Amino acid sequence: MNHQKLIVSLSPHVYAPASVRCIMMDVLIALTPALLWSIYVFGINALRVTLLGVASCVVFEYLLQRYVLKIQPTVDDGSAAVTGLLLAFNLPSNIPSWMIILGCFFAIAVAKLTFGGLGNNPFNPALVGRVFLFVSFPVAMTSWPIPLTNRFQFIDAMTQATPLSIVKEGLKNRIPVVDLMAKIPNYFDLFIGNRAGCIGEISVLLLFLGGLYLLYRKVISWQIPVSMIGAIFAFSGILWMIDPSAYMTPLFQILTGGVFLGAIFMATDMVTSPMMPWGMIIFGAFIGILTVIIRVFGAYPEGVSFAILIMNAFVPLIDKLTKPRKYGKVKNV
Amino acid sequence: MKIFNGLASFPRGGVHPQELKLSANRPIEFLSPPRIVTIPVSQHFGAPAKPIVKVGDKVKIGQVIAEANGFVSTHIHATVSGTVTKIEMCMDMSGYKRLAIILNAEGEEWLEGIDLSRTLKAEIILTGPQIIKKVQQDGLVGLGGATFPLHVKLSPPQGKHADVLLINGVECEPYLTADHRLMLEKGPEIIVGIQILMKALNVSKAMIGIEANKTDAIDHLSKLTKDTPGIKVVTLKVKYPQGAEKQLIEAIIKRQVPIGGLPIDVGCVVQNIGTAFAVYESIQKNKPLVERVVTVAGESLNRSSNFLVRIGTPVSYLIEVAGGLPEDTGKIIGGGPMMGKALNTPEVPVVKGTSGILVLPRMYAKRDPVLPCIRCARCVSHCPLGLEPYLLMNLVEKGMSEEADREAIMNCCECGSCAYVCPAKRPLLDSIRLGKSFIAQQRKEKAKT
Amino acid sequence: MMYTVFTSIVLLSVTGILSGVILFFVAKKFQITEDPRIDAVESVLPGVNCGGCGYPGCRKFAEACVRAQDFDKLFCPVGGNKGMVEVSKILGLEVAEKEVKIAVVRCNGSLKNRPRINEYDGQARCKIVHNLYTGETGCSFGCLGLGDCVRVCKFGAIEIDEQTQLPMIDEEKCTSCGACVKACPRFLIELRYRGKNHQRIFVACSNPEKGNIARKNCSAACIGCGKCFKVCSFDAIKIGENLAYINYKKCTLCRKCVNECPTGAIHEINFNLVRSRQAQNPNVSIV
Repeated sequence: MNHQKLIVSLSPHVYAPASVRCIMMDVLIALTPALLWSIYVFGINALRVTLLGVASCVVFEYLLQRYVLKIQPTVDDGSAAVTGLLLAFNLPSNIPSWMIILGCFFAIAVAKLTFGGLGNNPFNPALVGRVFLFVSFPVAMTSWPIPLTNRFQFIDAMTQATPLSIVKEGLKNRIPVVDLMAKIPNYFDLFIGNRAGCIGEISVLLLFLGGLYLLYRKVISWQIPVSMIGAIFAFSGILWMIDPSAYMTPLFQILTGGVFLGAIFMATDMVTSPMMPWGMIIFGAFIGILTVIIRVFGAYPEGVSFAILIMNAFVPLIDKLTKPRKYGKVKNV
Repeated sequence: MKIFNGLASFPRGGVHPQELKLSANRPIEFLSPPRIVTIPVSQHFGAPAKPIVKVGDKVKIGQVIAEANGFVSTHIHATVSGTVTKIEMCMDMSGYKRLAIILNAEGEEWLEGIDLSRTLKAEIILTGPQIIKKVQQDGLVGLGGATFPLHVKLSPPQGKHADVLLINGVECEPYLTADHRLMLEKGPEIIVGIQILMKALNVSKAMIGIEANKTDAIDHLSKLTKDTPGIKVVTLKVKYPQGAEKQLIEAIIKRQVPIGGLPIDVGCVVQNIGTAFAVYESIQKNKPLVERVVTVAGESLNRSSNFLVRIGTPVSYLIEVAGGLPEDTGKIIGGGPMMGKALNTPEVPVVKGTSGILVLPRMYAKRDPVLPCIRCARCVSHCPLGLEPYLLMNLVEKGMSEEADREAIMNCCECGSCAYVCPAKRPLLDSIRLGKSFIAQQRKEKAKT
Repeated sequence: MMYTVFTSIVLLSVTGILSGVILFFVAKKFQITEDPRIDAVESVLPGVNCGGCGYPGCRKFAEACVRAQDFDKLFCPVGGNKGMVEVSKILGLEVAEKEVKIAVVRCNGSLKNRPRINEYDGQARCKIVHNLYTGETGCSFGCLGLGDCVRVCKFGAIEIDEQTQLPMIDEEKCTSCGACVKACPRFLIELRYRGKNHQRIFVACSNPEKGNIARKNCSAACIGCGKCFKVCSFDAIKIGENLAYINYKKCTLCRKCVNECPTGAIHEINFNLVRSRQAQNPNVSIV
């Protein structure tokens, strides 16, 4: 060689343009419309929570990897940013800042890095962070500002219960469903996101659009969202048909709470979801069923995050049961 | 399975790399032979041939210079006329030094009896067994890349019979256009070649699989085969690795070769377009395999094109003809970018199995840093053989080769789809190959005891 | 309250006793009688399960020892002669003392001696590179420097030297288990006698190519000139395939051959004298 040494390596010699960073960027892009909407609904506070969440996740990951684990920091792959954003999306907009930082620390340090960092965590770090906060600070985590009012106040906004907790409370006190329906926003408001709730979960429409983008970019596949939402719809539909006065309509069940956020962005997290299409369908369906069980029969009004975390634990088993069929395998061999 | 546009393809896995057929519109150019050719005696799958010439011997083009050594072996012919200058170990595309015969070209003298005219000779005189004998004598091998001696493929083992001949005109690798050009320029000859192969195999049906990105070739061959009985052109969806035997069989006739089996087990034989043309030349024109079409391509190369090259021509000579080695060269690849072999020096000869020479710029040639697996399952869903590359890599890295064997690691065809799609840029195929070589070693040791 | 405490104590005790009884009978029924000497032998073995003895682990080796009539074919290289004496005490068999061995790398293709002419990019494993091609240098037989031997060494005795890119064997740690010998795809590592005072001499090259070709790729290659063969008065050196080989069983460490070698391919280790060859030929670096 006259100028430079030739490179020798094994085939293949060309690679697909997709990278981990691309995937993470796609998730961030897909979440942006929902973020803008929540800034519109909850005001500057939503931005505060989101920025703080993303920043503290990134900073914690960098610091821990650099100074505690003493390895090359991997924040540039964008996964910490996604964790931070998803965690922030699962928080009410009036949550104190220190809680966000604590939740981010828990998500990164305990749920992600103790298991070996990206790719090795069995549970979705953002959800672990949220559940940690939810269990530790139930009051702060369940007071939601009223949408579209006090948008410019910083902390002491007027709060309101989410549709799900109104219903939970009401059904406990044996108030009929018809009366409850009058207290909650109508289906259209639920669909576009004019309701109380966590930052990212309110606008079903925009989350759905984000999901379409991810589907188009092949970051997620349709199986988990469809089977999860379908299972919630079917299971709560069965309950509703049994007794329409004691159970909410299936449409209500899928439009409220974190169903769309969970189904499109949390349950589909590659690291903590099954690999094969059939495994994804089973995974999604069980999340759906568990969600309805927690919502209807459990103590909490909302159950998406618990359901996903429970099913995360079953992913290795599901993967084992749904192995791909090997080419050329003869049945009786 | 029909997918969207209704074109046939293999059902699971596969990727679609950027096609980059830079030389698709360049006609095949005849390349005058170089002054010195290096002809390795091991250009085919199987035992190396035995040299039968001595240093100082005068040879003519087409003369046998090394004889087949056993059944799975084949003759090697002189590709220039001149003197044998050396018989020694030379670097070849295997990456190692192997025995080669070096010829000094003096003039252009063909062996008597070789028909160099361009007239089409359609009538097939020889019988089946005679054809098989003749292709062995003429040193024919599968020209798709595996270089399996042709006469072995044409003689099915006892009790097995082929009912269909599949012709591989897929050329699913990016950059390569040699078969494409051959189909366009030597259509009638290829059809006769296919008829000869059909006669040798005693089958009445042949199907030519061509990917949909070569519409001109599909039209051309469809027109030519309109009134030939038994030969049909099948348009296939553009998808890699469709040119792999197993995938091609499944794409065209929906049969699955069992694990550890050969295509003949499901009644078919697969041959490459280039092979069909070489068969025509051998049987009808009495011309042994001394030259083949090679694509020379690369983004920074001045003149990416297709060349008709004598076997044994140095790669550096080819690159020189194509405009010289660009400044930014990082890698030279013998074959396609998905399965080809990176060369450690351009001073290696073109052999029977060389379908292309690619020159990749340094910026594309370098691999990206490896990140941890994020379990995206792209390797699993793109594996055409239903394997789980991420799992195989983990097992191999942990030294658990027995478990990897149970996960059918030996079934891997090394198409590279898994490593191609991996967003974390993990060297999946490197590890799988490592595991395969461990298992092969273990099996050998077991067989000994 | 008292009642609850009482019932729980009673219930727990009953369950405990019951399961104890069941376990006792199960253990009796499924008991496996084993020669107690196996345990005794295993306890004096090093317990690293390196496989150096040829058995898949120390336990299997212990079983083989107990079964054996004599120790001709049984030797634990890690425990060495001392260890075998211990074993023989337990089993009451005679054990012959064996020469202690150590691994040596028969290649001296350091960065300086053997220039890199291309660049390998990929999984850093010798075996992969060996299957792929010649390697980063022109020598198809020399060390690839990617540390397959380092990876298999259970004793941390091998390290790749940064300057030379060759494996360095730690004399203290090497137990001559032979794992590296099997791991090297190019069969460059050999177990040789440690020698008196840890001194030994060997040819650090495995390239059987003709002298001029080997020399072109590596300045420290053995060119098979036969000078060492001529000078050796103990018939310890053999020349074959353009390569000299010193038989360690015959070598008396006289070191005549070392000074004779024109390329410095013969290495002497642990001789504290001036390395005359290196002084004469600064181009040849000796590991």
